[in-house]
Amino acid sequence: MTEVLLGALLFVLVAAFVLVPLRRERSQGGEDPRIAELESRKEAKYREIRDTELDHAAGKLDDEDFRRQDAELRRDAVAILNQLDEVKGEDAG
Amino acid sequence: MIELGRAALVLALLTAIYAGIAALIGRNGDRRWVDSSRRAVYALCALLTVCVLVIEAAFLRNDFSFQLVADHSSTTTPFYYRLTSMWSSQAGSLLLWAWVLSIASSAVLFATRNRLRELVPYATAVLMGVGGFFVALAVFASNPFEQLSPAPLEGAGLNPLLRHPAMLMHPPMLYSGYVFFTVPFAFAIAALITRRLDASWIRITRRFALIAWTFLSIGIVLGASWSYSELGWGGYWAWDPVENASLMPWLMGTAFLHSIMVQEKRGMLKVWNVTLIVGTFSLALLGTFLVRSGVLQSIHAFGASTVGAPILVLIAVVLIGSTALIVSRLDDLRSEKRIDSLFSRESIFLVNNFLLVALCAVIFWGTMFPLISELFTGDKASLAAPWFDRYTTPLAILLVLFTGIGPLLAWRRVTWESARRVFVAPAAAALAVGVGTAVLFDTGRRPWALLLFAFSAFALTALAQEIWRGGAARRALSGGSIPGAMLAVAARNRRRYGGYVVHAGIAVLLIGVAASSSFQTNREVNLRPGDSTTVDGYKVDYKRPTVSVDNERIAFGSVLDVSKDSQRFTIHPTRGYFRPPSCPPQRLISCYFDGESTSEVGLRRGLRRDFWTAVQPSIGPVLRNARGADRKFQLLARGRMRLAAASPNPQAITQQAALLQDVRGLAIRKIANGYLRDTPPAVFHVIVNPLVTWMWIGAVVALGGALIAVWPAPGARRRRVTSLQAARLSHQPSRAPWRARA
Repeated sequence: MTEVLLGALLFVLVAAFVLVPLRRERSQGGEDPRIAELESRKEAKYREIRDTELDHAAGKLDDEDFRRQDAELRRDAVAILNQLDEVKGEDAG
Repeated sequence: MIELGRAALVLALLTAIYAGIAALIGRNGDRRWVDSSRRAVYALCALLTVCVLVIEAAFLRNDFSFQLVADHSSTTTPFYYRLTSMWSSQAGSLLLWAWVLSIASSAVLFATRNRLRELVPYATAVLMGVGGFFVALAVFASNPFEQLSPAPLEGAGLNPLLRHPAMLMHPPMLYSGYVFFTVPFAFAIAALITRRLDASWIRITRRFALIAWTFLSIGIVLGASWSYSELGWGGYWAWDPVENASLMPWLMGTAFLHSIMVQEKRGMLKVWNVTLIVGTFSLALLGTFLVRSGVLQSIHAFGASTVGAPILVLIAVVLIGSTALIVSRLDDLRSEKRIDSLFSRESIFLVNNFLLVALCAVIFWGTMFPLISELFTGDKASLAAPWFDRYTTPLAILLVLFTGIGPLLAWRRVTWESARRVFVAPAAAALAVGVGTAVLFDTGRRPWALLLFAFSAFALTALAQEIWRGGAARRALSGGSIPGAMLAVAARNRRRYGGYVVHAGIAVLLIGVAASSSFQTNREVNLRPGDSTTVDGYKVDYKRPTVSVDNERIAFGSVLDVSKDSQRFTIHPTRGYFRPPSCPPQRLISCYFDGESTSEVGLRRGLRRDFWTAVQPSIGPVLRNARGADRKFQLLARGRMRLAAASPNPQAITQQAALLQDVRGLAIRKIANGYLRDTPPAVFHVIVNPLVTWMWIGAVVALGGALIAVWPAPGARRRRVTSLQAARLSHQPSRAPWRARA
């Protein structure tokens, strides 16, 4: 009997907590997930640029290779930043 | 309390099922269902926490109405062992698996509440599929809330072999390692289903894979430490199936952690990465299966049970389902780029990956060989340590070499000029150490050890050079001292420098392994009190025997005085015999020798070498006396109880039982003291183990490196730079945000 009562009490508590979102209006809601994605890609690209600079400074990458790789990475970074601006612009509009 | 636990466990199962279904309903974009499923995962975590707290409270209160407590604890079990007794049982271990998974799932779903919206519903369904499976096992196959009525007054106590400080944390660390690998596995499956096979799933789960790797490493090291100081055979790694079961996912997980970097940087190795994480997760499940099924002979025999079959089914479902999914997505898994040069960091990572997977394959074959041979010949033939050593040693040595080469190379390609610049110092160090150890320590007679020392020197010098050059580069940009610059670079590039520290730790650890396994002195000597012997220059005097008796065990020990040159110390190796939880009436005294026996080794640690001893006392005469005492005691007990039964005093039986208990205690003490009066010779296993302490030091260094890599980078500063500013700055390298932070 105690078990059933405790079970029922826990069930009510869990159900109340879990079902709250279902009482909302159907919506996509929240921050645009593309922003978080692009931010994450941007950070990863920055890290790559840092790594390349570090490799160059440490003598592992010669000047020519460094210039080529660095330019390519910066192009990618700027493309991501542009996409980020676009998405933020869309959301603001 | 037991009712609360039972109710929470059943509700946890329903909640896991709901969370998985709700996530799948919300997969097409209805956020309400996805949010509800995430909340259900949090609720699952809360419910399983209630279950764990109820069990812990029962252990601490010695509530023997819980069968789990009665079977694995007793009133004499120390507080700290009672606190950790939960995971010495199968039911407790399964609950631990599900609980840790609910924590990991809650953490990753919280981190992705606004990200990866396509992947999260499927990942949640996979996480809850696995979580629900383990909760279902706890509910239906091995319930931790089984009740005993009436409750016994005393419990069976904790398995004596598990009464060791390392065992407090060894099982939860291993399980946490296994469990945390579920997170990258779940997101990999979600990425395969949704065909979003870029590096997004890797970026979000990389930290969880690293946490899993760290937990697994801690678990393996604690297990090795337990083996070295508790099992009395003198080693830290026996190639036991259950040990191997933890090493295999560690090796494959290590390969995964390296190869995902190649996908993040170059968009390559996508098939390889999903295959590795499926393999790692399957091996983690296999580890749980081997511990819990008892299909292979192991020192972990306490794990034998009936939940093996369901876990095997789960492994089959994971392997077949994942393989089908990978094959159906091969077109989407094509690499975005190709390897530019064989002389590049990604090529070395690939070689390292092959070596790690080859090591894993060798260990898998050796571990499973008894089952394979039984399948084909009907006999369970085991492969012993020399077989494993023969194949793993060369692979491990090559791995150390490539661990040193990898950090020296840049991504994409390296020119010969750059390579020459960075290779000179490590190669010189390797040569110097190789020649030096061959001349000074005669390592030439152990070529594998010689190579390992030389390659470790290469790796350590390469890593030191990397840290130095990074610091010098930073100093050239920002000024300050070299140590300050090195710390600053490491703080800003935690993944890279944390990884370097891990590599350094592993190199040091392998030096300890090579030295202790190739150059140890190992002897067995038969000594009586007063005798002495010499082992590797150490004079060993057996001064006197010792005996201790308590309600649970008899321990026969020895006092050894050891001296070498000016060094002098005393050690006390002991062998303890534990009586089983219940004794048959005809063997109430000799049954002390029927249960488990443990070895408390006499160990003197040192940076140069360990002096290790274990004793195997000759207990034949003691056992003969105990059997004689059994007969006398049985006669006495019969007479006394007959008198008590005839007595009009209602307390007579209780009084006689208490008296007999005292007599039994006295008899056991008398027999034990007989060992002191007429001590038979004892066999002493003596090992002089060079550099073994460096193995533990290397492990601690590696774990420190893993913590550095896992620790989140400071995030606040990133957000100060808006994308528009950054776009402008990207054309002005000296003011670019990455340069400001580097």
